[in-house]
Amino acid sequence: MSDNKTTNKSEWPLWEVFIRSKAGLDHKHAGSLHAADFEMAIENARDVYTRRMEGVSIWVVESNNIHASDPGQSESMYDPASDKIYRHPTFYNLPDEVKYM
Amino acid sequence: MTQFSFQQHFDDKIDRDETIEPKDWMPDDYRKTLIRQISQHAHSEIVGMLPEGNWISRAPTLRRKAVLLAKVQDEAGHGLYLYSAAETLGISRDEMYDQLHSGKAKYSSIFNYPTLTWADMGAVGWLVDGAAIMNQVPLCRTSYGPYARAMVRVCKEESFHQRQGFEIMLNLSKGSEIQRKMAQDAFNRWWWPSLMMFGPPDAESPNTENSVRWRIKRLTNDELRQKFVDVTVEQAKILGLTIPDKDLKWNEERGHFDFGAIDWAEFKNVVKGNGPCNKQRLETRKKAWEEGQWVRDAATAHASKRKSRKENEAKAA
Ligand SMILES: [Fe+2]
Ligand SMILES: [Fe+2]
Ligand SMILES: [Fe+2]
Repeated sequence: MSDNKTTNKSEWPLWEVFIRSKAGLDHKHAGSLHAADFEMAIENARDVYTRRMEGVSIWVVESNNIHASDPGQSESMYDPASDKIYRHPTFYNLPDEVKYM
Repeated sequence: MTQFSFQQHFDDKIDRDETIEPKDWMPDDYRKTLIRQISQHAHSEIVGMLPEGNWISRAPTLRRKAVLLAKVQDEAGHGLYLYSAAETLGISRDEMYDQLHSGKAKYSSIFNYPTLTWADMGAVGWLVDGAAIMNQVPLCRTSYGPYARAMVRVCKEESFHQRQGFEIMLNLSKGSEIQRKMAQDAFNRWWWPSLMMFGPPDAESPNTENSVRWRIKRLTNDELRQKFVDVTVEQAKILGLTIPDKDLKWNEERGHFDFGAIDWAEFKNVVKGNGPCNKQRLETRKKAWEEGQWVRDAATAHASKRKSRKENEAKAA
């Protein structure tokens, strides 16, 4: 290109890739990549993120469709749970004779 | 929060060894330093495919060809993981490509040396990937989350790269006289440039307080270089190869090998663009990008055609 610019007027959209590493497990975020459409995104994800059998299933989501919580709000967001230890089984003191509970 | 408390919050996280994530507030300096470092690293992975790519069609056996192909494919993957990590900091992929293709961005100068014989595939895997691993392992715990996660993946994959290289050297060193000479010759040519991969001596490139604090750099250039020399000398013994350095000797007192002076003038010259292959590498890279333009355009056109067809179908229904 004459102006020495390599800019692609329409950069392919960014996709987030989620991979299930084996049957029965959750899909987990693996990373991101660029692709023209979802099919190409899945094919590229296979080549980029599962070269060593890291997955049995792939999800791709266009990055601009992901909405995230605000890290600046984490305190007000998660604080309400921190004083509710009675939601955990260890909160309850039972005699040792109680079995299978 | 005020600017001050944002900074305080960031500093506290760093002090607690927590990771910084893309949406977290971060100082401009941190962002800029990371964009530079991660994109340079990505460029190195991409340009790093070229010296080895040269040999894929000339690998001596089908097994060697499959292995080399897999290694080069990994390097492409490493470049992609790292470009994605850099993108989370707000620079676009195209901007980074621009910086590479226009010569504005640097990549590791080791890739500006030629790969003359098959033994170079051995020496590159053993020494160049070996040095890269030594540089990269500490980065798996760097403070920026996406970078650290990319590095974990990269480091996992790198170890086969070094082992396949060493295996090539091992076979050659046990082979005919000509093969042994070929291995030694490759070793002679790659040894010094590999030592340069750790960057200028500490006296000229002191770790800034910030890069240590931000866990972008954990050991100094000289510390890493020494570590590399110590382990590689022992590995060379197994191959029966001679280190091309007459000043190399064990220093009992230091508990390390002493080694000769590195030709930093050569290093600077290669960084400046005057290495044996700088021009060729950049041209090959640009050619690949330009000749791939029609593929990118076609895929974009195909995707938008399909999208509008789908929309029309939905309207009709
Ligand atoms: Fe790599
Ligand atoms: Fe690397
Ligand atoms: Fe590698």
